[in-house]
Amino acid sequence: MTDVWITIAALTVATAAIKAAGPVAVGGRALPPPAIRVISLLAPTILAALVVVQTFSTEEGDLALDARAVGLAAGAAAIALRAPMLVVVVAAAGAAAGARALGAA
Amino acid sequence: MRFGRLTAGVRVGVPLAFAGGLVGVSFGVLARPEMGVVAPIVMSALVFAGAAQFGSLAVLASGGGAVPAIAAGILLNLRFLPMGIALAPSLPGSPRRRAAQGQTVVDASWALANEGAGRFDRHLLMGATLPQYPAWVAGTALGVALGDSIGDPAAFGLDALFPAFFLALLVPELRDRTGVAVALTGAAVALALAPVTPPGVPVLVASSIALLGLRRR
Repeated sequence: MTDVWITIAALTVATAAIKAAGPVAVGGRALPPPAIRVISLLAPTILAALVVVQTFSTEEGDLALDARAVGLAAGAAAIALRAPMLVVVVAAAGAAAGARALGAA
Repeated sequence: MRFGRLTAGVRVGVPLAFAGGLVGVSFGVLARPEMGVVAPIVMSALVFAGAAQFGSLAVLASGGGAVPAIAAGILLNLRFLPMGIALAPSLPGSPRRRAAQGQTVVDASWALANEGAGRFDRHLLMGATLPQYPAWVAGTALGVALGDSIGDPAAFGLDALFPAFFLALLVPELRDRTGVAVALTGAAVALALAPVTPPGVPVLVASSIALLGLRRR
């Protein structure tokens, strides 16, 4: 139980510090053009990495093709049909739930 | 005008709050056996970072102890470092004020507030996070209250919510060849690292692919 509270306290401080670090260190200064090019590429790299990690990696650190991939495919189809965001995520969750109901991991 | 951007942020934030709230429910359900009734809610209120909370919970649940749990949580949050640097030029005011505004960064709000060319709409960012915070905490509380009466949250496919959501945010970023190239490379790097590094490292290392922007085009 104490492990839980130590973890919460440490992560509270660490998360706040990590989120504050960039804004405090870099400040309101304008960045040079190369830095701006790097920044504008951060969103596609981080988002693409989050998508594949959250879809294909398991808590044990293995790669897996499971119901989440079915959900992502359904979400992708909804995006291609220009569905609103809420429809996209509901389609994804629904498809993953359906796949699990049919026995997928 | 500013108020208008804040309101616009709240509008885009509400669907995110629904999705986040549902994920919060699954955090509450999964955390209760390990952390009890109060701690999961306190954690959601203070840490407010889904990936880090799930990651450290997984370590605690496997008997890993506090130090590895904290390390996992920090690694999973380190992507906020480059994200915060990207945001910094768009935040005015004293260091203390900028630090406070930096707390409103969550993945979805940050991506939505990204206007390209290194600029961020800070009012949209704050507005979008505004409904997500209470939804995350309330969702966690609901999950703790429901406990295992709803069974395994995975049965509802809640773990597929965020990948689809991040994909929807990714698509508009793929407007040119460079965007497509870095996204594919980032995804490949993250996939290659996922089996061999601790959680959090794959996304962090993948973010360094953006340094390709330093090359002259």
